[in-house]
Amino acid sequence: MNKTAILVENLSKQFGHFKAVDQISFEVAQGEIFGFLGANGAGKTTAMKMLCGLSMPTSGKATVAGFDVYTENESIKKSIGYMSQKFSLYEDLTVKENIKFYAGIYGISPKQIIQKTESLLRQLSLEKEANVLVGQLPLGWKQKLAFSVAIFHDPQIVFLDEPTGGVDPITRREFWNLIYEAAEKGITVFVTTHYMDEAEYCNRVSIMVDGKIEALDTPSNLKSNFNAASMDEVFIQLARKAKRSE
Amino acid sequence: MQLQWMKYLFNWLVKQKEANNMKQFYQFIVKEFYHIFRDRKTLFILLGMPMVQIIIFGFALTNEVKNARIAIVNQSSDKISTKLIQQIDASRYFELYAETKDPKSIEGLFKKGSVKIALVIPPDFETSLSNQNKGSLQIIADASDPNVATTLTNYLSVIVQDFKEELYPNQTMPYSILVDTRMMYNPQLKGAYNFVPGVMAMVLLLVCTMMTALTVVREKELGNMEILLVSPINPIKIILAKAVPYLLLSIINITTILLLSYYILEVPINGSLLLLYAESILFILVSLGLGLLISAATDSQQSAMFISLIVMFLPTVMFSGFIFPIENMPLPLQIVSNIIPAKWFFIIVKSVMIKGGGILLVWKETMVLIVMMSLFFGLAIKKFKIRLA
Repeated sequence: MNKTAILVENLSKQFGHFKAVDQISFEVAQGEIFGFLGANGAGKTTAMKMLCGLSMPTSGKATVAGFDVYTENESIKKSIGYMSQKFSLYEDLTVKENIKFYAGIYGISPKQIIQKTESLLRQLSLEKEANVLVGQLPLGWKQKLAFSVAIFHDPQIVFLDEPTGGVDPITRREFWNLIYEAAEKGITVFVTTHYMDEAEYCNRVSIMVDGKIEALDTPSNLKSNFNAASMDEVFIQLARKAKRSE
Repeated sequence: MQLQWMKYLFNWLVKQKEANNMKQFYQFIVKEFYHIFRDRKTLFILLGMPMVQIIIFGFALTNEVKNARIAIVNQSSDKISTKLIQQIDASRYFELYAETKDPKSIEGLFKKGSVKIALVIPPDFETSLSNQNKGSLQIIADASDPNVATTLTNYLSVIVQDFKEELYPNQTMPYSILVDTRMMYNPQLKGAYNFVPGVMAMVLLLVCTMMTALTVVREKELGNMEILLVSPINPIKIILAKAVPYLLLSIINITTILLLSYYILEVPINGSLLLLYAESILFILVSLGLGLLISAATDSQQSAMFISLIVMFLPTVMFSGFIFPIENMPLPLQIVSNIIPAKWFFIIVKSVMIKGGGILLVWKETMVLIVMMSLFFGLAIKKFKIRLA
């Protein structure tokens, strides 16, 4: 049996009278790729922020990498990686400088940074571009590089907030290969996405509607339970119930 | 014994951690310098702005009036009036635009804006002077711009006065009071003495407040701030690291301004240079704090820019005393001017640079700036912390 990476019990976040996240519970095992789905405004981002230690829950329990989100915030930050669609590397820094900077934040020693940078560049076949400004790379490469930087310090869990937004399908596929590689290394992947084909790549998927988790299972189980041909149909059936928008 | 040993080990570990923290901080500063140096256009503007401002204010924008066009209605046309006209034309303040006999024609000249001032010499000027020892002249000025009209009238009166003394050098009035005017600190009444401190305040504010606010907000806009907040690093450190390069750039800017004003505009530095730099650095810190505060309160570069310009720049120009004297403002505005950091800095620079004052002369203003600095930094850090909660 795998170790638990994320444990959430009745976690809620309330802004005034508005329940952004309403008593959600789930468990993510180590090395699992966990898809966290939901329409805009369903509460995905809020839930994720609480797990990353950026926002305090109103009530409920949650541990990330074994650390409590209320009290062990700083330890959580050291054990996780994070990447979002919005997050890009610094465009006016070179590939190498970006890696060095972000690795430095996590306190990796300069020697290790140099070694790991070399193997990373080889892995991404970016050796020639090591001293190119990131702004000059195509978007797909940037995303891949950003992901590699997010797991550069070997975190236990990596949170990906719509990481493939605006990227073409081929690059998305390549991006998912990187995710699989990371999961094989034992890194837990917690990913939100809009693309339902990506949901199929996940080990398990949860779908949030109006702050609550309405469904949680493997993609194939979900499809059979909902009598649907694709994850897209499952999602539409659930999202239709939503009472609140944006 | 063992306790002692563990204490040493602990201290050593703390030191290592601090050294590591310093290294990290240093790395952040290096990164900020990359940002600045790779943005050539902005760098060029940052370093070129003080030079351009000094040159513009030094040579183009000045309230000294030179070569004002004058019309002279000469109804006398005699030796004395010709001599007077020559003298006026020769002065660097006036340029003879028209000479006529018809007093009515000058109205047209004023309306067209061809002349700013006119001198009317009556027909009996010379005879009256030689017979009654009395002559009268009339000065007509275009007072649609009252300051220029007053200045020109004064200039012209002085020329006429000099002319009179030349004509009758030995004549003294029976009861005369000689007024000996001395213009302290600025005997030549140069405008530069006033605007150099003003330009310093403006440039430092622009560079520190606006640029710092923009660079922090840019990280927010691009989403980099998000990842920095998720990382174990203390975000306050990142933000302070952003301020360091601008502190250095500002010191370069002060040096440029002082060199230009000393060598080209011949503005003296009468007080201690060290004190001048120390006060400037204090003002830079105030501006940086303000920039950080703005960046904590805004989420887009546009609004950061807008706030910097509207909240900082305009009031600085209006209320620092650099262009409009604060003494002439109505009381409520005078009170408002007290919250403008540049006002205090302007007073300090004028006292130290022009009047040669020491810290004893400016300690009150210095205290005000210190309080403002602590306030801005305190609020900025508090705001950043709130965002994290």
